[in-house]
Amino acid sequence: MQLIPCPWCGPREEAEFHYGGQAHVAYPEDPSALTDEEWAQYVFFRENPSGPFAERWSHNAGCRRWFNAVRDTRTHDLLAVYRVGEPMPEVIA
Amino acid sequence: MTSPPGAHLPEHPDFLWDNPEPKASYDVVIVGGGGHGLATAYYLAKVHGITNVAVLEKGWLAGGNMARNTTIIRSNYLWDESSGIYEHSLKLWEGLEEDLGYPILFDQRGVLNLAHSLQDVRDSVRRVNANRLNGIDAEWVDPAGVKEICPIVNTSPDVRYPVLGATYQPRAGIAKHDYVAWGYARAAHAMGVDLIQNCEVTGLETSQGRITAVETSRGRIAAGKVALCAAGHSSVLAKMVGLRLPLASHPLQALVSELLEPVHPTVVMSNAVHVYVSQAHKGELVMGAGIDSYNGYGQRGSFHIIEQQMSAALELFPVFARAHLLRTWAGIVDVSPDASPIVGLTPVGGLYLNCGWGTGGFKATPGVGDCFAHTIAHDKPHPFNEPFTLERFTTGALVDEHGAAAVAH
Repeated sequence: MQLIPCPWCGPREEAEFHYGGQAHVAYPEDPSALTDEEWAQYVFFRENPSGPFAERWSHNAGCRRWFNAVRDTRTHDLLAVYRVGEPMPEVIA
Repeated sequence: MTSPPGAHLPEHPDFLWDNPEPKASYDVVIVGGGGHGLATAYYLAKVHGITNVAVLEKGWLAGGNMARNTTIIRSNYLWDESSGIYEHSLKLWEGLEEDLGYPILFDQRGVLNLAHSLQDVRDSVRRVNANRLNGIDAEWVDPAGVKEICPIVNTSPDVRYPVLGATYQPRAGIAKHDYVAWGYARAAHAMGVDLIQNCEVTGLETSQGRITAVETSRGRIAAGKVALCAAGHSSVLAKMVGLRLPLASHPLQALVSELLEPVHPTVVMSNAVHVYVSQAHKGELVMGAGIDSYNGYGQRGSFHIIEQQMSAALELFPVFARAHLLRTWAGIVDVSPDASPIVGLTPVGGLYLNCGWGTGGFKATPGVGDCFAHTIAHDKPHPFNEPFTLERFTTGALVDEHGAAAVAH
């Protein structure tokens, strides 16, 4: 089992965490102005890279807080973890 | 020793296909040499007479999800759109061995989809009714009926997730996945299709909104049309022409036990506890899990998923307690938001998309091969894949099959 370094609790087993998909997907600033195409992009379309991916995790069985991580989807290596509100760190995969 | 070990062995049997150098150009280039790519090439040649076709495979033929799936074939999906394409596929499976002239060990041993809660029961009965209205064989069986069809299922009420009944599709079954791929490859090759292995697509070339060529690890190949059949890597390919897809690639794990005498006469799937089990012809118990939650291209998943899957399997089948696990592996599945595939045209002229089959693409192999070949040949979707456009995520005409897809999506 993979260890995930929670930015508050330190490294814990993966089974304690819940996955939240792509990070930094902001709610539309002016929802009523969106076209159907833009809504579709917001609701259904996400990045799906083979390589570093900024994503959300929640430490469900621990501090119960959400945080962000950059993980390489090819190796599943966690390259960085950072708290919500912090900018995505530069990582070298 | 006067001769090397193995020198006395007979000659290698005849190869089912050769390994040609890629030509400079083809009418149709299919990206992905798995079941869907090979079947598409076969029906392009056989039904539409288009034989100047190359199937490009970055690894070896049928070494991706085609080699990693649990070979379950069924058509008991809820909606009319899904019934159309999955039942079309099942009907092709029923004649495929004669069609290909190659044994595929297609065995219609039936599938039980278990219900473990009242909501499961209601959903299952609804699905049975929907199936029957679409002419698909389906019946609701109570726990005693489950026991009769598959005696090793634990139908005791004293378990965490008791079996309250199941849907049963007698025409469902399994096939030998490798033989299916080899059968299609052999037949496509015989009609003049070039099967090119170790050839990774690294770029897609367009001119004035139309596809013109693919860049590969073995050079540039000009193409009149390009058809993507790359499952988990579809997003990576589509991005080469700036096309975003509503897909997430996840690891999906499966495993086999050591060889056992025949104990499991059918296929059993359980949505609630995330396990599906059949027994291969050779004797291994073949079991699949739900997907790992995170996106991943690594063809491996986390071990706790296997543990959960085993605990579910043991509760359902106490007789498995002494079976030894032989091998586990993972494939990369491209999961779509509505658990239905995306098959059709793209905004780029001459570029066609077949993806989003998630955890259930194997059963669709003949059906989608036929419909996708039609789509490519006529530049227009076949009626069976017409509902499965990329545009449905904008129009809202989703085909929600999370229930019938039967594993965690």
